[in-house]
Amino acid sequence: MEWINAIVQGVLLGGLYAMFATGLSLIFGVMRLVNIAHGDLIVLAAYLGLVVLEVTGPLNPLATLALVVPVMALIGYVLQRGIFNFTLGKDILPPLLVSFGLSIILQNSLLEIFTADSRRLTAGALEVASFPMVEGVDIGVLPLMMFLTAMGVIALLQFVFYRTAMGRAFRATSDDPEVARMMGLNNRHVFALAMALSMAVVAVAGIFLAMRTNFDPASGPARLIFGFEAVIIGGLGNLWGTLAGGVVVGVAQTVGAQINPGWQQLAGHVVFLIVLAVRPRGLFPRIL
Amino acid sequence: MTAPTPFEVSQATRTSRVAGVIAIAAVAVLAAAPLWAGRADMRLLSEIFTYLALASLWNLLAGFTGLVSVGQQAFVGFGGYMLFAIATFGGIHPLATVPIAGVLGAAVAVPVGILIFRLSGAYFAIGTWVVAEVFRLVFAQISTLGGGSGSSLPVAVVRSIASGRDLREWFTYWCALVLVIGVLALVYGLLSTRRGLALTAIRDSEVASESLGIDIWRTKFLVYIVSGGATAMIGALIFLQKLRISPDAAFSVNDWTAYVIFITVIGGIGTIEGPIIGTIVFFMLRETLADLGSIYLLILGLVAILIMLKSPRGLWGFVVERFGIELFPVRRRVQVGALQGEGKAPREPG
Amino acid sequence: MHDPILAVSGLEAFYGDFRALQGISLEVGENEIVAIIGANGAGKSTFLKCVAGLLANAPGSILFRGEAVGALSADKITARGIALVPEGRRLFSSLSVEENLVIGGQLGRAGRWSLKRIYELFPVLAQRRDLPATSLSGGQQQMVAIGRALMSNPDFIMFDEISLGLAPVVIKDIYAILPAVISEGTSALIVEQDISRALGIADRFICFQEGRVSLAGKPGEHDRAAISAAYFGM
Ligand SMILES: Nc1ncnc2c1ncn2[C@@H]1O[C@H](COP(=O)(O)OP(=O)(O)OP(=O)(O)O)[C@@H](O)[C@H]1O
Ligand SMILES: [Mg+2]
Repeated sequence: MEWINAIVQGVLLGGLYAMFATGLSLIFGVMRLVNIAHGDLIVLAAYLGLVVLEVTGPLNPLATLALVVPVMALIGYVLQRGIFNFTLGKDILPPLLVSFGLSIILQNSLLEIFTADSRRLTAGALEVASFPMVEGVDIGVLPLMMFLTAMGVIALLQFVFYRTAMGRAFRATSDDPEVARMMGLNNRHVFALAMALSMAVVAVAGIFLAMRTNFDPASGPARLIFGFEAVIIGGLGNLWGTLAGGVVVGVAQTVGAQINPGWQQLAGHVVFLIVLAVRPRGLFPRIL
Repeated sequence: MTAPTPFEVSQATRTSRVAGVIAIAAVAVLAAAPLWAGRADMRLLSEIFTYLALASLWNLLAGFTGLVSVGQQAFVGFGGYMLFAIATFGGIHPLATVPIAGVLGAAVAVPVGILIFRLSGAYFAIGTWVVAEVFRLVFAQISTLGGGSGSSLPVAVVRSIASGRDLREWFTYWCALVLVIGVLALVYGLLSTRRGLALTAIRDSEVASESLGIDIWRTKFLVYIVSGGATAMIGALIFLQKLRISPDAAFSVNDWTAYVIFITVIGGIGTIEGPIIGTIVFFMLRETLADLGSIYLLILGLVAILIMLKSPRGLWGFVVERFGIELFPVRRRVQVGALQGEGKAPREPG
Repeated sequence: MHDPILAVSGLEAFYGDFRALQGISLEVGENEIVAIIGANGAGKSTFLKCVAGLLANAPGSILFRGEAVGALSADKITARGIALVPEGRRLFSSLSVEENLVIGGQLGRAGRWSLKRIYELFPVLAQRRDLPATSLSGGQQQMVAIGRALMSNPDFIMFDEISLGLAPVVIKDIYAILPAVISEGTSALIVEQDISRALGIADRFICFQEGRVSLAGKPGEHDRAAISAAYFGM
């Protein structure tokens, strides 16, 4: 029963990892940008939630999303127009190194402002509420919400990407920015919108992260890596695959932890490397 | 593209010959440091050497081969742990374990490389980070090496390096000097060979270098392994100086990758001189700003971003553009044949 | 010829240090169809890219309806009523046929062309509207590219080697439709390597050679030898 419980918890955790991953996947799909600061931006969103709660007083952390999502989206838009747009081109070095620099800047700014103490957003009764399934297997309300939110986010992104004018602009600009320009699509603006959307997802992921575990200014890189693993395992460019990838990483971690508490992260990485070895294009590569 | 290979042009310039003479003199002065420098100065110099070596190797990967790694700490830490393991349990003289760590580092780079070379472009970078994390977590599980909290080099082993403390520090100092010279010679030598010039071609244009008949994958792979081995040697030396190792220190992304990237970017990525300039600037900044702690890193990050946006070839690139000097002229030759595609205006002076 | 719709004078274009256009001057009148011919690398596509705003050029060297458009960005140029059917079609591969067409009309110029009219002109596209654009045959893809350009309701439309890579029968069909495409009120520039094809439809032709105009005239005005000399150089 312990094992089944570990698997169930891992699946739910996978929802969180999928949320880390979709934002990463989205901007890679649109502009081939790999944002090394992605994890730190997730942590930034968590701290923003913290600040909002400090101002408003006790509130369900999810309510902070009303503010954190638009603020993060705005930050994303400005970051893209102010920095990342100038790094895009054939050379992969500038975007990587600039986002790496940004990652270091974010970590150290957060450290200066909030100290290295680990923090958490308390959700009161929500944290412990759960549905007992069978003896020894409980489904927590919060993890379940996390998973369902991940599905909702992916469904929404899928809709935006394939059914709206904005999604059409994303795809067209990513296919051929020059011709897209003739059609009135300013790629700087389009890319900034994509980054804003990615950061909106990051905001949701950040608040859930903060409700689930402790976080500190150095928590970012690990979130980046979990998200990245979910992207690769799921298959590049496949959003639902990303959810599957998140679940694989989540289950590997909880099962690993069940065997030996020290193996939690290691197990996730090892499964990632195994997938890379046997299915380098991921479990569900996008069929074009 | 069947243009005649533009490799024939001679590489030496007058400036570079002068630079050679100065370099030899500098090495002689540095080798004699025990005669003129105090213990603290020699420590600082050793540290400068190790950073210069790390930066040159990272630059070889990213600047010349286009392999951006943010996980070179994997090899630094691996080398350090190999030193501790072999010197403690193998009874081998600690200095002799440095080259062994290098060989082992290169050996472990083979399977690692095979795996992460499946990740293309930018995702490769994060893949290297995953590997470094795996190394850190694995070594944290090995209790004979101190597990998560780490261990110190046993006193007997430390004593076996040399009889007195002074002599011991001199040895490690010379070792660092030899290593940095070796690394610089390696990078310069590698880039001067036909294959090395081809590396620059890889960076400048995949299409062009493919048509030059280069097996890109193999060249990149070779460079990855060589730099992995050399980085492991430097790692061994670093922890031989520290005499204490722990997973967090050994596999620190800030210490062994962030600083190294900033040094290279500030000095000038893709130039041999860049890491040298970058290291000097880095240590000058550090001596003045070190008290600021995390603000120091923050400033470095800002400077690196600014440089990447405004002057992607760094301080050295700026110098070259302004004054047309090149100390180690290995670049630019390939560019003649490699220019291709729109908006790919030559960045280097012709 | 009064009041040309397009007047180009002394146009130069560069790729890095390479001067691809070395001072091109030409005019296209209202309702006129002009063909540009020339060997590979003569600078034909470069010229069209300059007019379309995809390549930077001196502000005053291109006048459209008497206004300088040389410095405008590509979207502003489309909004003014200039459209390009680019060489190699360059459809958006992750968009469906219909999405490709819709995106072409995104700048919202009013006029004769609408999705419905395009589908009337190219009925096969209506049947395949939801397929990925690049899954179509070459000829059908060319129709999408033409339709996408028409959707912006241009007054001036440029075709860059629309016959490239197509079977002769398909080329014939496409050229049969062109008069309907360039119907009244629209001027056109047609770039073709196939001289007889180009001369068959154009009112006038201009020959490029190494970034310069080497010959201009009406079809039938010059003999083959003169054209051939202008085309290939001596
Ligand atoms: N993106 C580019 N970068 C550098 N040079 C270019 C580029 N595009 C074209 N050129 C060069 O500019 C010149 C003119 O090219 P252009 O494409 O305009 O010729 P073209 O007449 O359209 O030829 P074709 O009939 O083959 O399409 C050629 O010498 C070509 O090599
Ligand atoms: Mg052409």
